[in-house]
Amino acid sequence: MIEFELNGKKVKSERPASHRLLDVLREEFRLTGVKCGCGEGECGACSVFMNGELVNSCILSMGRIRGQSIITIEGFRETKRFAVLQDAYDKTGAVQCGFCTPGMIMASEALLSRVPDPQEEEIRDALSGNLCRCTGYNMIVDAVLLAAKEGKGIW
Amino acid sequence: MRDISDAVTKKDHYEKVSGTARYIADYDVKDALTGKFLYSDKANARIAAISLPEFPPGYSCTGGNDVPSINEVIIVEKDMPVFPTEYVRYIGEPVLLVTGPDPDVIDELIAAIEVVYEEEPPVYSPEEASEIHFEYGYTKGDADKAFLEADEILEEIFHTGYQEQAYMEPQGVIASYEDGKVTVKGSMQCPYYVFRAVKHTTGLGDDRVRIIQTTTGGAFGGKEDYPSMLACRAAVAAIRLEKPVRIILERAEDMASTPKRHPARLRYRSAVSGGRVTAMEVDVLLDGGAYTTLSAVVLQRSLISAAGAYDIPNLKVSGRVAKTNSVPSGAFRGFGAPQSFFAVEMHMNHIAGKLKEDVLAFKRKHLVRQGSATSTGGIFSDPVILEEMIEKAADMSGYTDKMNLYGKMNGRYRKGIGISVFFHGCGFTGAGERDIIKARVRLDKSPDGRVEILVSNTDMGQGTKTTFSKVVSSALEIPMDDILIENPDTDRVPDSGPTVASRSIMVTGYLLEKAAKRLKAEWKEGERQLVEENYVHHENVPWDMDRFFGDAYPAYSWGVNIIETEVDMATLQPEIKGIWAVFDVGKPIDETVMRGQAEGGLLQGIGYGSMEKMTLKDGRIWQSRFTDYMIPTSKDIVNMKCEFIENAYRFGPSGAKGAGELPLIGGAPAYVASVENAIGRELCSVPATPESIMETLRKGGTE
Repeated sequence: MIEFELNGKKVKSERPASHRLLDVLREEFRLTGVKCGCGEGECGACSVFMNGELVNSCILSMGRIRGQSIITIEGFRETKRFAVLQDAYDKTGAVQCGFCTPGMIMASEALLSRVPDPQEEEIRDALSGNLCRCTGYNMIVDAVLLAAKEGKGIW
Repeated sequence: MRDISDAVTKKDHYEKVSGTARYIADYDVKDALTGKFLYSDKANARIAAISLPEFPPGYSCTGGNDVPSINEVIIVEKDMPVFPTEYVRYIGEPVLLVTGPDPDVIDELIAAIEVVYEEEPPVYSPEEASEIHFEYGYTKGDADKAFLEADEILEEIFHTGYQEQAYMEPQGVIASYEDGKVTVKGSMQCPYYVFRAVKHTTGLGDDRVRIIQTTTGGAFGGKEDYPSMLACRAAVAAIRLEKPVRIILERAEDMASTPKRHPARLRYRSAVSGGRVTAMEVDVLLDGGAYTTLSAVVLQRSLISAAGAYDIPNLKVSGRVAKTNSVPSGAFRGFGAPQSFFAVEMHMNHIAGKLKEDVLAFKRKHLVRQGSATSTGGIFSDPVILEEMIEKAADMSGYTDKMNLYGKMNGRYRKGIGISVFFHGCGFTGAGERDIIKARVRLDKSPDGRVEILVSNTDMGQGTKTTFSKVVSSALEIPMDDILIENPDTDRVPDSGPTVASRSIMVTGYLLEKAAKRLKAEWKEGERQLVEENYVHHENVPWDMDRFFGDAYPAYSWGVNIIETEVDMATLQPEIKGIWAVFDVGKPIDETVMRGQAEGGLLQGIGYGSMEKMTLKDGRIWQSRFTDYMIPTSKDIVNMKCEFIENAYRFGPSGAKGAGELPLIGGAPAYVASVENAIGRELCSVPATPESIMETLRKGGTE
C-alpha cells in the first residue's frame, strides 16, 4: 500500500509500486483533468505538482510517490491563482481543444510561482515541455503575461 | 457585443480550462471491456492461418468473420474491410480486436496470437506503383501552343512528405449495444459519417444506430475518416459480446496506423513569354496508401489549386493517387492544397529568379482578380483583394527593404525573407453541398425563451460552439447565455454535414443565421418553436466533375504570409525572426477565435515546411512518437502579426467565409522561401530540415 497526499488530503493506493501515477490518478481517483497525450513524458498533458515541482505523471511510478504531496488541476482549480490564470486564458483565447490546457495551466503556475513577473523568453522556456497543436502558443504566452499583470502580488 | 467580431468568453471555456470537460478516455463506463488491436506486421500478404492461444474467461477476439452485415468501412468508397479476412495491405492494418477486462492480459494474448502470412512483393514507391486509386486531369486554353511559342521553358520537381495531424488527444471510441441499438461515443469530426459507416457494417436501421461526439481534443482532418473505421470495429465487438467496448489508441499506434497527409511528387513545367508565365503543365502524384479513404477529393483539391493564386491562361493539369502498401493517407487541414501551393509558390519564386525579376513584382503581375477565370474555367465572381493584402503584409514586415538587403549576406548568420500568396476554396467541391451533403439545421426554442442549436458540426477546438452561438444570438438579438449548444448526438441533431472543408461557419453558420432570422420574425412568447433551414445552392458556372470544369468552390478565402529567418551557415539551422500574415476570411466571427485559427494553422504550416519529418522505411512509419516526430514547441516560434481585411461574402453569416484550413497553406512556402533567400540556393522539398538543406548545398557545389 502506498500512502501519499493528494490535493491536500491523505490518501492510500493498493496499486503496485511499478504503476504510473497518471493511471492511478485517472482510474482510481477519477481525476480526469490529468490527460494522457503520449505516455512518455514528451507532451506535458499529464503535468501535476509533486512537492510543488512540475512533473509528468506518466513517467512517475507509484513507488516514488510514497509520502509525497501531489497536486492536480482538480486541486489547483480551487485557488485564487487559478482564478486569475483561467481568466487570462479566457481573455487571450488561449484555449482551443482544451486537451493540453490543464497541463499548460500547471506549467504556467509553476513558472509564476518561481518568477512572478516573467519575460516572454522565460515563458517560452517554461511552456516548452507542454505541447499544444491548436494555438501556435502565442496566445498562451499572452495569457501568462496577462495573468502576471492582473494577479500582481498573489504569486 | 457591438460587432459580431468582438471577442466573447468561449462557450466551453471553463470546462476545458478547469479539466472538467470529458474527453472519450474520461468516461467511466460500467463493465466496459478494453479493446486492443493486433496489427499486421506485413505490408502485403495473404493471411494463411491464425492460431489463437487459449483465452481466459472474459477475453475474446473479434475479426472479419464476426461482422454482422458487410465487411466494409464506408468512407467515400467501400474498399477498406472492417477487419481483413484474406489479405493485409499495409503494416499497421488491424487484423483482430482483442477484448477483455485487463489491458495487460490483452497485451499478453496479442503477443501469443500467431498469424501465418504468405508474403507477396509489396509496393512502397508511388512512382513504381502499378495500380492507381484515382486519376483526374483538365486543360485550360492551349498549353501546347504556348509551349511552342515560349521564350523559355522551366521545369522542376517538388516533393512534400507525410504530415501527421498530431492532435493532442489520441483517437478513441466507446461502443455499446443495448436493446438492439448500437451507440458509439467518441472523438470525431463527423458524426453522420460514422453513423452511415456503422449502419452499413452492422446492417442496423436508422433508429438502431446512435453516434455521439465527445469533447474532441483536436482533429485537423485526422478525425474525419478514421473514427468511422474505429467505430465500426468497436461496434462489431460490442454487438457480438453485448458489452461496452472501449478503444483508446496509444500515441505510437495512433501515429503509425491512422491516416495522415499524402506525400506528393509534383512536376511543374512552365512556358514564359515576354516576362509572363503563359502556360503551366502540372503533374501531381500522391501516395494514397493501401485504401482509398478520402484520396479522390484530396487529389481534386490538389489539382484545382495547381496554378495557385495566379491567372495562367493555359494549363494542362493531371494527377494520380498511387495505391501502395503503406498506411492509407487521408485528410489533414488543407486537404491536398498545401502540396500544390508549396510547389507553385516555389516555382514562381524560381522563375522570377531565373528572369532576374523581383519575386513579389513577378507574382503581382500574375495575380487573379475579380472576374478572372479560375483554373477550371469557373469565375472568381467575388471581390479579390490580394493587392491590398500584399500591400499590408509588405508594410507590416518591411518586406521591400529587407528583400533589398537580404540574399546578399556573407558570414555565418544570414537573413532571408519569403512571401506566399494563396487561397482556399471553401466548402465541398462543385455542387457537393447541393448534391451530396444537403445540410439541414434546426433551432429549438423552449417556452422560457432559450434557444438550442441543433447541428451535426462538431467543436474540436476551432470554436464552433461559440461562433454558431454568436451567429444565432446576433440574429435573434438575445444574450449568448440564452443560446444552448451541446456535442452532437445523431438521435437529436439533423445532418448538417461533416465538420470539414472549411464549411462549418460558411454553410452551417449561414443556415443558422437564416433560421434565427425566421425564428425572430415568428417569435411567440412562452411557446416552444422549432425552425429548420435547408441548404440552397448558389453558382455561376455549374461544376462538371467529368470534364473537371466550372466553379470548383462556392467561395474563396485568401492569404498572404511573410516569414523572416536567419540561417546559421555552420549548422544550417534556420531561426524564425518574424511572421506576418494577412487574411481575407470575409468577416471574422469572433476575432479571438479567428486569431487562434490563424496562428495555430500557420504554425502547423511552418512545422510542415521546417521540421515535421515522417518517413516510411520498409513499409513502416519510422517516426511514431513525439520523441522522433517533432512538432513545434513554444520555443520554435516568435510572435506572429496576423491581420484580417474584411471582405463580406453574400452567402455567409454576417459575411463570413471559410477560415479553418486557409492559415496552414501559406506557412511552408513562405518559410522555405525565406531560407532560400538566406542561403542563396533553390529548395524544392519539405520539410526543409537542416539535413536536407545541406544536401541541396552539396549538390549545388561550393559557393
